[in-house]
Amino acid sequence: MPTSLSVLVDALPYLLQGTFNTAVIVSAAMLLGLLLGVAIAVGLVYGNRPLRFVLGLYVWFFRGVPVLVLLFLFYFGLFTYLGLPFNALVSVSIVLGMTTGAYQANIFKGAMLSLPRGQFKAASALGMTDLQTIRSIILPQILRLSIPAWSNEYSIILKDSALAFVIGAPEIMARTQFVASRTYQPLPLYIAAGLLYFLLTWLGVAALRTLEHRLRIPGYTHHGNP
Amino acid sequence: MTTDTTPILRVDHLRKCFGAACILKDASLSLRKGEIKVLIGPSGGGKSTLLQCINCLVLPDSGEIHLGGQRIDLANKADLYRLRQQVGMIFQDFNLFDHLSALDNIAIALRKVKKMGKREAAERARLELEQVGLAGKAGLYPAQLSGGQKQRVAIARALAMDPKALLLDEPTSALDPELIGEVIAVIRALAAQGMTMIMATHQIGLIATLADEILFMENGVIVEQGAPASLLGPGNPSKSQGFCDRLNDLADGGG
Repeated sequence: MPTSLSVLVDALPYLLQGTFNTAVIVSAAMLLGLLLGVAIAVGLVYGNRPLRFVLGLYVWFFRGVPVLVLLFLFYFGLFTYLGLPFNALVSVSIVLGMTTGAYQANIFKGAMLSLPRGQFKAASALGMTDLQTIRSIILPQILRLSIPAWSNEYSIILKDSALAFVIGAPEIMARTQFVASRTYQPLPLYIAAGLLYFLLTWLGVAALRTLEHRLRIPGYTHHGNP
Repeated sequence: MTTDTTPILRVDHLRKCFGAACILKDASLSLRKGEIKVLIGPSGGGKSTLLQCINCLVLPDSGEIHLGGQRIDLANKADLYRLRQQVGMIFQDFNLFDHLSALDNIAIALRKVKKMGKREAAERARLELEQVGLAGKAGLYPAQLSGGQKQRVAIARALAMDPKALLLDEPTSALDPELIGEVIAVIRALAAQGMTMIMATHQIGLIATLADEILFMENGVIVEQGAPASLLGPGNPSKSQGFCDRLNDLADGGG
C-alpha cells in the first residue's frame, strides 16, 4: 500500500470523529438559528417600532461582521470576559447559531411577507389571538416555504464551521490539519476532508428535500415536477 | 319572531382615515336579530372598510361598537377577540388557510378559540361542511377546491363559531359566473334560517330579495337607507335604483 493511502486509513477513525463533531456543531447551530430566526422574524414583521429597531441591529451586526471575527470576539473576548465556561465546540455552535439566526430571520421574514395578508385577517375574524394565528396559521406555512432557502443556509453554515479549527474545536478541518502536519501527506488528507464536507452537505440537503416533499401541501405546486 | 328589540349589534359614528384619505367618514347602523342589511354603492365608497371596522379587523379612529348591548372597548385586545368571535366574517377572496384541509380549516378555530377537543371539533366541522353541501370534500385542501367550494368552506368556518351576526364582504365577487349560484344558495339558506347579516354585494338578485334594508354608501357615508320596496322599483329616483339599473345594464351588455 502506498504511504499516502495507509496514512489515510490510519487517520480515518480520527477524521470520522471530527466529522461527527462537525455534524454536532452544525446541527446545534442550525437549531439555535431556527429558534432565533423564527423569533426575530416574527418580531420584525409583527413587532412594534422599538422592537423592530433592536432586532434590525442584531441582524445588521451578525450579517456585517465576518464569522472569523465573531469567533475570536466571543470565544476569546466575551465568553472569557463573562466567565462563561464554554469550550471551543460549544462556542462555535453558539456563534454560528447566532450568525445563521440573523440570516434565517430574513428567510422567514421574506416568507411571511409573501403569505397573503387575508389569512391573518381570517384567523383574527374567527377570534384567534395574534399569537395563536402566528403559531397555527403563519408558522406552519412559512416554515414549509423556507425549506429550500434553509437548506442553502445549512450548506453555508456547514462550510463556515471549518473556521472552528482556529480556536481548536476538534472538527474535520482541525483534525485533518493535525494529521497532515505530522505525516507530511497534505494532499490525500485534504481531499478526504473535502469529501467528508461534501458527504455531510449531500446528506443534509437530501434529507431536507425529502422533508420538503413530505410536507408538501396537496394541490399546491411551486414547481413543474410533482 | 323575537320580541327582543335591543339590537344585537350597533355601531355609532364609525370613522376611519388612512393618512389624509378618509375612507369611512361617519357610519352608524344597528342590526336586530334575524335582520339582513345589504350594503351597496360604488367601489371605493367605504363598504369594505365599514365591514372591517365593525369587527375591528380595521380599528376605527373613532366611533362606538355595541355588541348585545355591551360597549366594546376598542383599546382592549380581549374585548376585540370576544367581538370577533361573535361576529363572523366572509371575505371576497375566501382567505382559507392553505396548509389545512377543508375540515381543519373549520376545526382549527374551534380548537384554539373554543378550546374544543380534537374529536369534538372534527365532528362539528363535518356537520358544518354537510350544511354547505361539502360533506365529501372534508379531506381536500384549498388548492384542490373550486372558488365556489372555497367560499362555502369559508362560510362553514364562520358558522362553526356560532356567530351572533355575519358580515359578508362581496362574497361572490371573486367567483366565476357559473360558480356564483352555489354560494348564493347557501346564503339564501342562511337567511331562511334567520341568520343576522350585513352583506356588501353587487348581486342584484340578493339585493332585491334578501334585504330587509338597503344601505347605499358613497364617499364614506351612508347616503340612503330604506326597505327595498321603498327604494327599488322601475322609475324610482333613488340612488339605489340608479345603481341597480347600472348593474343591470352591465349584466345585459355582458350577457
